[in-house]
Amino acid sequence: MPESRNYYDLLMQDIRFEEGLNACMNCGVCTAICPAAEFYNYDPRKIVDLVQSGDNDGIEDLLKSDTIWYCGECMSCKTRCPRGNTPALVVMSLRTLSQKLGFFTESEKGRQQFAIKRTVGENIFKYGYCVASYAVNPEMHVEQGPIWKYILDHSHDVFERLGGTIDSLGAGPLRKIPDEAREELRRIFEITGGFELFETIESHSKKKAEEMGLFFKEEGIDNEYFIEVFTANNKKHTS
Amino acid sequence: MNKEGKRRIWSDYQKEIADDHFFYVRSCIRQSFFPGSEQFFLNFLRNDLRKDVYENPSHTTCTGIGYHSDIVPLPTIMTVVARHFALMKESGYKNIAISCVTSFGIYAEIIETWKHFPEELAKTRDYLYRATGREFDIPENMAHTSDIIYKFRNEIAAKAKNKLINRETGEPLRIVEHIGCHYSKMFPKYGVGGAEFPNVLGGMVEAWGGKVIDYPERRHCCGFGFRQYLIQANRGYSLSNTAKKFSSMSPYKPDMVLTNCPGCNMFMDKWQYTMKEMEGTVYGVNGESIPVLTYEELAGLVLGYNPWNLGLQFHMVQSEPLLKKIGIEYDPEDKFKTKDGKQMPIPIDLINA
Repeated sequence: MPESRNYYDLLMQDIRFEEGLNACMNCGVCTAICPAAEFYNYDPRKIVDLVQSGDNDGIEDLLKSDTIWYCGECMSCKTRCPRGNTPALVVMSLRTLSQKLGFFTESEKGRQQFAIKRTVGENIFKYGYCVASYAVNPEMHVEQGPIWKYILDHSHDVFERLGGTIDSLGAGPLRKIPDEAREELRRIFEITGGFELFETIESHSKKKAEEMGLFFKEEGIDNEYFIEVFTANNKKHTS
Repeated sequence: MNKEGKRRIWSDYQKEIADDHFFYVRSCIRQSFFPGSEQFFLNFLRNDLRKDVYENPSHTTCTGIGYHSDIVPLPTIMTVVARHFALMKESGYKNIAISCVTSFGIYAEIIETWKHFPEELAKTRDYLYRATGREFDIPENMAHTSDIIYKFRNEIAAKAKNKLINRETGEPLRIVEHIGCHYSKMFPKYGVGGAEFPNVLGGMVEAWGGKVIDYPERRHCCGFGFRQYLIQANRGYSLSNTAKKFSSMSPYKPDMVLTNCPGCNMFMDKWQYTMKEMEGTVYGVNGESIPVLTYEELAGLVLGYNPWNLGLQFHMVQSEPLLKKIGIEYDPEDKFKTKDGKQMPIPIDLINA
């Protein structure tokens, strides 16, 4: 971890921050168009204004808050900012820094990063996909409706009619990703800091689980801490 | 009147789309939820248009969903995408055809990042070489697969077995199109019509006889929001944004929704089921929900493909009301059969069934 704790300087090391923040004039167009601002206690204008002020304590509070986790990264703000800023890129750099510094476990929404790492993150290496039909569990996704369970129960027949055999080597839908390709993904994550971020999320989450008195397992989703962060909602996120 | 200036301005909204020799990259979500759409795309290009489309079995996820839920760092995703470009180079292709709007946005962001920060390109080349021994070129042409269907929309119209016209009234079908935020809101120049006049789906609808319906929240997000859907506790965000869109479009009585992005399609289909279950709300007319189709599914219907080979039966909102409006003949007995014609169980509680 760098010695400097000037958060603005740390943010400037992220090219998305450099690209996303020129000079905000506080017009609020980003907030007007933002789907997150529509439903959460969320105002991207305020975030950008605070960050560009360089208020170190204010930025630290932000890094520990639920606020930075409300954005859906739809990037609609990029199109509309009259000054060419991208508030969502500023938020993405704040999220990365919050995780690097271990601040993300201070908020309910931030703690959810652990559940994303254990699901989407693990899928990348298990299957070579972020999402694959067989990894979308109907019990965790009741909104998918009865057709989803049906598709999973009859995967072979459904996919054979619509495109080919799944989970086989060679071209085709949901093909089995060759071991060599998954090994290359693994090496890319190793060299570029992907695993470092995964380990950071894991170690801070483990610490937080202990602090909260919740059972934590080194892998999988069958543990109290995963269930807590995946489902907890203190209902204080909307007005 | 001198129109030169207007022509010049309008040229900013045009997109050059390659004609042949595509390196095809599948989508995690499209192949999981709409495999029939990807099958249609490949069959149509290869068999009907006789185009060369290559799929490399070693292509993996772009990690875009991980990146946009902030667990995959930027240097990591840049190198994963660089690996895709290396596979393309090794296979002898220069035109990439991307089946996913999230990936499309990722590829655009990365190519633009490399232009603004050449040192990042150099770093990525180094990372990829160290990790895999591979080298890459940036694609000469980058198209979303909908761009390619758009390019050949008139060829499809010329071969049409079905027009997007209400057979009873003779009026064009009223179609809501949803482009998907990451198609052109981030990097307008990569999209047909840019961010202001996106026409990739509208162009198809009009070429095939339908009418595009405007409504106040036409460009609002479908509600995916990455972490806002991936985490159960956050799904109120996702559902609320979808509800906002459907409440806005409902008074305009659309016959169907046409989507660009597989994620948007899944949400706009499945959240209609959820809203019906939660509140009894339906957004179509006559107590029906609104069918949500991919552009491949719609192109397939126009060309006279069997709807059940396109996969329409595997949405929550069933499409029979739409098929009837167009006058498409279909065999209800064939709907839930295997490729070999064996009867499968009939799923229950589907919408519009």
